[in-house]
Amino acid sequence: MRPLFVVLLSSLLSPCGWAADSDPLNSPQWEFVHTRFLNGEPYQFDGKVKVEAPPDAEDSLNVPVAFQVAGLDSVQEIVVVADLNPIPQVLRFRPKAMRPNLGFRMKLQQGSPIHVAAKTADGIWHVGGVWVNAAGGGCTLPSLGTSSGDWTKTLGKVSANVWQRPDGTNRLRVRVMHPMDTGLASGIPTFHIENLHVLGQGGKLLAELDLFEPISENPMLSFDVAKETQFKLEGRDNNGNKIQAEVAQ
Amino acid sequence: MKQLLFVSLLALSLNLSAANFEYPLQPQQIAADTFVLEGKTEDFSKDNGGFIVNSGYIVTKDGVLVIDTGSSRRFGEQQRALIEQATGKKVIRVYITHHHPDHFLGNQAYSDLPIYALPATTQGVKQEGEMFSSNMYRLIGDWMRDTSVVAPNQEAKLGREIIGGHELEFLAFKGHTHGDLAIFDHTTGVLFAGDLVFNQRAATTPHADIIDWLASLEQLLNIPFKVLVPGHGQVTQDDQAIGQTRAYLVWLQTILQQAAANGLDMNEVMSTPIPVDFKQVALAQSELRRSVAHLYPALEAAQLKPTQQAE
Repeated sequence: MRPLFVVLLSSLLSPCGWAADSDPLNSPQWEFVHTRFLNGEPYQFDGKVKVEAPPDAEDSLNVPVAFQVAGLDSVQEIVVVADLNPIPQVLRFRPKAMRPNLGFRMKLQQGSPIHVAAKTADGIWHVGGVWVNAAGGGCTLPSLGTSSGDWTKTLGKVSANVWQRPDGTNRLRVRVMHPMDTGLASGIPTFHIENLHVLGQGGKLLAELDLFEPISENPMLSFDVAKETQFKLEGRDNNGNKIQAEVAQ
Repeated sequence: MKQLLFVSLLALSLNLSAANFEYPLQPQQIAADTFVLEGKTEDFSKDNGGFIVNSGYIVTKDGVLVIDTGSSRRFGEQQRALIEQATGKKVIRVYITHHHPDHFLGNQAYSDLPIYALPATTQGVKQEGEMFSSNMYRLIGDWMRDTSVVAPNQEAKLGREIIGGHELEFLAFKGHTHGDLAIFDHTTGVLFAGDLVFNQRAATTPHADIIDWLASLEQLLNIPFKVLVPGHGQVTQDDQAIGQTRAYLVWLQTILQQAAANGLDMNEVMSTPIPVDFKQVALAQSELRRSVAHLYPALEAAQLKPTQQAE
């Protein structure tokens, strides 16, 4: 009985027979996401934007998400949106001189489609995504740092490391200590890192990141940098605290 | 539209078939006076109602001892009704092996009795019980109806105690959680190992310390048991399930440490292929994903170096 049911259901939900540009994840919020975060600009769902996340979130405060964009030229900007989150926009990433790949962790308030859209130079958004089930509550809890009160000692502290990957490129992993409070926990205002620039040797701009409230506390970011081994990180939060760090292999 | 209607009818009939919420409890005699209700080696679902865990009972002269009460009030009630009907004796004591929801959420059915546990278990139930319980409503739905958290009300006394003609030894371990109670019946040779041992079902790690867990398994090997009741999976007569749990944990620890040392991100670690040795182990890939979420953050943080920062 059960397999038959599943087959019927999946045939009902499958994209064939629907309009060509309908969301493979069937997000009830897709049109809103398109209008609000992609400015209503032309888009296509595209398997070249690969998004990885576990199907079930073990920890709604720390859902690991990673994307890789392969086979698209001149990616200008990538935006990540969790459609059903109370604050849907997660981050914007503008790779200037590194691969359009990123790993990060985010908070989910409930199960949600997570869409990743990469805009190419021709103005078209290429969209991939994945659905994550979650027990939820991730956005309305105070950060651990805020509830324990010891975030002030570590605010803005950066730890990092650089590895050579088997394909010869380098991986930069960075953790910035910050409560990343969403403003949705009672009496705790929004407090989050707003932007972060990754610079290479000689101050060359490698990537720009805009981070929003759903990014997990003490953001942990994984970048696929080409051959660079020395980095500077510069950024600030919405209270004007600066982030500045130098990373060497 | 017709298709949609058909699907709705099917869904309705599926709901109806589970509407009586009867757990398929079949007592399995594993030694003299000793029985196990063996759960499926599955994850929680609305189909299995959370009957994914082994519970047991020992029928003594003075009455019945129950070891773990299952995932819901309904389970605890059906378990107690079955035991008292099948044995013609009253349950006199309950023991809870550790504080995970599939092991204690049936406690309501025994709230008139002494419910024994290690102090760390009782503390864990008080701290995390409500969170577990609301998550279980999400996972198994109506099977949970009217379930609420009942914490153990007695501290398990360690060492040997003769109860109704059975010489029982209560042993405190840790590693799967902060408090893992094992019960060895010297009279029958049965060892109730709780979730320190999994058999053909991947070990779960939400509160695990793998080093402590491996040390506990070494100590279990020294117990001269004839029958071993794992927390999940089939009852065995040998130590093969202990060996399998140990091998799985060693593999898990190794791949997590290597991944952290190579700068991998969580999703990359989650897709690590399962080795041939564990291909038959139920839920290995999904438990690996969960274990990465539990254990990887500490390991990867240890690989990061402080940076030079302007003050």
